[in-house]
This record gives sequence, structure tokens and C-alpha cells, in this order.
Amino acid sequence: MLDDFLVRALLAGIGLALVTGPIGCFVVWRRMAYFGETIAHSALLGVALALLANVHLSIGIFATACIVVVVMFFVEQQGTLPSDTVLGVLAHGGLALGLVVLSFFPRFQVDLHALLFGDILVVSRSDLAMIWLGGAAVLAVLWRIWRPLVATTVNRDLAAVAGLQPERARLLFGFLVAAVVAVAIKIVGVLLIVALLVIPAATVRRFAANPENMALSAAAAGVLAVVGGLTASAWLDTPSGPTIVLATLLLFVLTRLRRMPRP
Amino acid sequence: MDGQSKPVLTARNIGVRRGERWIIRHLSFSIVPKKLVHLVGANGAGKSTCMKAILGLTPIDEGTVERKPALEVGYVPQRLAVSPTMPLSMRRMVKLTGDFSDDAVDAALATVKLERLGDPPVTTLSGGELQRLLLARALIHKPDLLILDEPAQGIDVAGADLLHQLVEDVRVQFDCGILMSSHDARMALEGGTDVDLVMLVPHEHDDSDLDNAG
Repeated sequence: MLDDFLVRALLAGIGLALVTGPIGCFVVWRRMAYFGETIAHSALLGVALALLANVHLSIGIFATACIVVVVMFFVEQQGTLPSDTVLGVLAHGGLALGLVVLSFFPRFQVDLHALLFGDILVVSRSDLAMIWLGGAAVLAVLWRIWRPLVATTVNRDLAAVAGLQPERARLLFGFLVAAVVAVAIKIVGVLLIVALLVIPAATVRRFAANPENMALSAAAAGVLAVVGGLTASAWLDTPSGPTIVLATLLLFVLTRLRRMPRP
Repeated sequence: MDGQSKPVLTARNIGVRRGERWIIRHLSFSIVPKKLVHLVGANGAGKSTCMKAILGLTPIDEGTVERKPALEVGYVPQRLAVSPTMPLSMRRMVKLTGDFSDDAVDAALATVKLERLGDPPVTTLSGGELQRLLLARALIHKPDLLILDEPAQGIDVAGADLLHQLVEDVRVQFDCGILMSSHDARMALEGGTDVDLVMLVPHEHDDSDLDNAG
């Protein structure tokens, strides 16, 4: 069954959506969309480094993204520059550096288009294993830091006074975003990964009463969009990554059409 | 009982500095169970800084803060704005920093007279209701020390009176010391015999300054 490339694509997309849903909720709650973009942009530098070091692309991307996360963490604690300025510097500095480094090595023949927009239809068995194992690890860590992370998202001081170590949760969450980006590049690419984080979460916000059910519904909405988007892209012969993102957008718009009765 | 009178927290000559300027300095007080310590001062006098120093959220540059072993602190912050993207119901908020049974949540909400509201989103609560909810969230941890940072700020008179009545109930019923800040000395003076007053004045707490002023 895994021989069928469409089945592999579906499994990869579903595995990814199960992770981007809950992680994306925190990205929305904590206003970290631009942070996600920065991590994604740094991925290109990660690809260049992975090729130089001859390791799996996802490992290079994850390592580079983790460095960006740590730099961000300390710069934010210093508080001398606004965080979106720092993100702007890191995002585009990282992207430019990645592109320049790649240009030095034409023999690598990097498929830039696939990196930017993803190509879910060439997902291999090892990619699939990476997505599900990496995804399971991300969800396991998220489960462990759930209460501190929710608490510090509501109010940092409350979490700190309760001994929930908000800074530790914040740093770990950064690494989780880095891991998600590293496993997602293959599927939706650098430019579209943040859509999978933000749009499912934004879609289900109005139906959720608590953080927990919002996270679960965001995962469900993501899976629905992946299945719908992949099916549509097979039928219409459109690029898979953008079609999946369009499917999430369609869900978002559909749920906005009807006004919710105010509770 | 002897344990009753032992302070849960003692601040000795504490000071916090920002650059050259002392935000607070030479501040000493202790809080014992069933006692309310009022921290009074105008805006900018360093009330929030003092609270953050006591809570361990801000490092102190001078003096010591002595805490009872395994001190459980309940903190009610001055302002808490829940982002509209974050779904959070009233009952979920009570369990924000710990897992508690439904019965414990019911009891905490009843203490602050919010038990009849059901489970609405936190964003629909009034200012006074939100402050009472934050008080319930602090009380469910059974604190030895309750710290409230200007709880009545921005709340109408009736809401503020109810809140102060609740704090008084907590002082009598729970075996905890209370530190509360306010910029209104009148409220603090009406508090009765079990109330300590700590005044903060908004200028440089430096002896040379006093000389200059004199």
C-alpha cells in the first residue's frame, strides 16, 4: 500500500496536520506567526549546511532553526530591540545567506522550487518515518509542557509565581516550532508552512471554549484540509502544497460565512 | 498557637534599583497569617516593583526577603488581558496553574460568589468579575500568602466594595497572610486593627536626597 505515492502523500500530510494544528494554536495565541516565518526562512540556510555536512535535509534545517530559536530567546530577554525587528534581521539574513551559500555549490542541484513550495508527491518511506516519528516526539513534548505553556501564554507572571518555569516552556516551544518546520518543508515548503500553522487554528477559534478543544479541532481541520487539498490536486493536476493551503483557506472562509450567535 | 504568629514572609531593608535610580529602598515589613498588610502609595511610588520583588519576579539589589519553607503564594495581578484568540472559560481559568477537581473549582468560585455564572468565556466577564475570578484562581492553591496588586483599580464602587469584602472574608476564613497594594490610603485606614500600613513615597529613597530636600 505504501508503494502508492498518493497514499504516502496522504499519510505524510495527515501526520503533519496532526502536529501543526496544536502547535499552530500557540503560534496564534502567542502572536508568533512572524516567528514561524523566520524559522521557515532560516530553513534554506539549513538546507545549504545539510548539503555541506552531508546529512539529512531535515537535520540541517532543525539544527539551523534551533540556533535561530536560541538567538531569538536571548535577544528577547535583553529587550533592547523590538522582537519583530530582530525577526526581520534573522529571517532575511538567514534566507540571503542560505541562497548565497547554495550558489557556491552548483553541483548540488538543489530544487529551489520544491524547497519553497514543497512537493508532497515525492515523499519517500524515510520521509514518512521522519514525519510520523518527529511528529510524535513534538506532540509528546507539547503534552509535557502543556500546562506551563498555556499558563504563561495567558500571563507570564502567574505561571512564574506558580513555579511553572515559563522561560523553559517558551524555549522548548521554540524548538518544537523548529522541529515542525524541519519535517514540513518537504510537504508545503518554506513559503507555505506558516499557513498550515495559522489557518487551521484561526478557523476553529470561534468553535472552541477552551485551549484543549481548540488544539484538537485545529488538528482535525488540518487533516480535513490535507485530504481535501490532496484529492483536489490529484484531480485538477495542481501543485500539491498550494492546493492544501487553499483547502485550509476554503475551510476558514466557509466557517466565516455564518455569523456565530454570541454566547 | 505558636505557628500562627510566625511570619510567612519577612522583607528586611529591601531595595530595587533601575540604573542609578532606586525604585524602592529601605523597605521592611513582615506578614503573618490572618494579617493584612496594605501597601499604599501614589502611582509611580514603586508598589508594583515591591510586589514583584516579594514574588521573586524582580531581583532585589539590597536587603533580604525571608520566606516560610514551602511557601505557597497566591498572586492576583493588576491587569490581565486575555487575548481574543485564546479560548478560556471561567472554570478553565481557575485551573490555569494546577489540576483541580470539579468540587475544588466549585468551592473556589463559591468563595468569590461567581458560582451562579455557569462557565462563560473569560473575555465576557466584567472587570470586577474577572478580578474575583483571579482571586478564586489564587485561592484554589490554598495559599499561605495572598498578594493582590491594586485589585480594585478600574472597577466601579460596588464592585470594589464587594472585592474588599471578599478579601476581608478570606483573611478571616483562610489561614493566610495578605499583601495588598492600593493608591487609596482611605480604604486602607478603614481596615481596622489587623491591618498594617506600609507607605511608599515616589522619590529617590536616598538619604542624601533627604538632606537636599531639607
